[in-house]
Amino acid sequence: MSAFAATFSDAFSLLATFDHTVAEIVVLSLQVSGGAVLLGTLIGLPLGACIAVGRFPGKSTMSVLVNGLMGLPSVVVGVVVYLLLSRSGPFGGFGLLYTPLAMVIAQTLLVIPLMTAITRQVVEDVWQRYAEELQLMRFSWWDSVTTLLYDCRHSLLVAVLAGLGRAMSEVGAVMIVGGNIDRATRVMTTAIALETSKGDLALAIALGAVLIVIILALNALAFMLRHWAMRRYG
Amino acid sequence: MAIFPLRVRDLRYQPNGREVLAGIDLELGDEGITLVLGPNGAGKSVLLRVICGLIEPGAGSMAWGDEGARRPEQGVMMVFQRPMMLRASVLQNVALGLKPLGLSAAERRRQGLAMLERVGLADRAEDSARQLSGGEQQRLALARAWLTKPRLLLLDEPTASLDPSASGEVERIIREIRTDGTRILMVTHNLGQATRLGDDIVFMSGGRVREHTPVQRFFARPQSDEARLFIQGELPWRMRL
Repeated sequence: MSAFAATFSDAFSLLATFDHTVAEIVVLSLQVSGGAVLLGTLIGLPLGACIAVGRFPGKSTMSVLVNGLMGLPSVVVGVVVYLLLSRSGPFGGFGLLYTPLAMVIAQTLLVIPLMTAITRQVVEDVWQRYAEELQLMRFSWWDSVTTLLYDCRHSLLVAVLAGLGRAMSEVGAVMIVGGNIDRATRVMTTAIALETSKGDLALAIALGAVLIVIILALNALAFMLRHWAMRRYG
Repeated sequence: MAIFPLRVRDLRYQPNGREVLAGIDLELGDEGITLVLGPNGAGKSVLLRVICGLIEPGAGSMAWGDEGARRPEQGVMMVFQRPMMLRASVLQNVALGLKPLGLSAAERRRQGLAMLERVGLADRAEDSARQLSGGEQQRLALARAWLTKPRLLLLDEPTASLDPSASGEVERIIREIRTDGTRILMVTHNLGQATRLGDDIVFMSGGRVREHTPVQRFFARPQSDEARLFIQGELPWRMRL
């Protein structure tokens, strides 16, 4: 058997036997990325809707800034969060560096601009159609934001999925602030990088397969949900 | 605060130098249905938008009530030709106008259901509003506006592209809203509808009010050539602008 096929065979064995190491890493990855996306949803979606609905000086600048930050390099976020959480940093006293919480913070900072920018675009398109009627019904700015977020809820799944995709596939920031510590802060992406450098390609491929399956499954679920919603609500 | 009479004086609106409203003078009392007729591009829909405050006029004045307030605190609603329908149930859509009033969800639901009963949509309350037919959506939009108890309701071609049966239903609701004490100003291109619904006619062309007369007199003895030709369906294009 060639080395290539043997590697895939070993990877499959790890998955088939529910290898404890693989399971631990997958669970932690889901916890960290899930936490980041949850926080990103709570912050990014309302923020994007506020920018779309609000009339304030610098609105265009803010839109450009948010769009630009979508491509924020993860290592830059990692370094900034590292400086903030390191012992000599402003939040060093909390002792968060090299913990899963630090990884959640870093990933949250990465996904917020992405989710905000997508939300702004989705909500702004709908706002242009609804603005006059909501204005006549004397909707406050906040009432308009909540109504539009509700109305766009199915389209905004795209923003959540994009955030999740970014968080789960990100490696630079979590490596810096998490430290890739075994059984503490090792997630799928950092484990794949480490195992590849060590030559343990079976584990790397097993984790990669899980990562891809999770992302595909979530996208399929979102697609079905959106399809159902379109039929139900138009 | 009473919002009638509404006195509109020399109202002008010229976006990008194009004269859409060229000095509108109009007075509305506190009851009845006034229909706004006129060819396309006469400025009818823009006039409605200016009256409800969605468009700021370039010049002229509007005085609301005996006190002559520049804009009414509340009580003016408008229903559009293609009304907004949230991706939500019929009930949620009809109760939407109550959201800013701070009523409880239970109260909004109670009032919404009662209103749907009045417009014949109670059995569709839990259906998606976007799956209603065009006529049903227009009835829903009227119900949503009616629920806010407006003093003045502006309707921009609410029966455009509806079949006669759906138009008839919409007209029935408009009459009920009027009976309920709401003043109605409505744009239409349907002359039959004008005779069925209207108390008086405002005829516009070229951004001006050419006539404002009771409906029977308008159709029996139109005062302007434009109105006479419009009724006969022969208004030449050059006279429309």
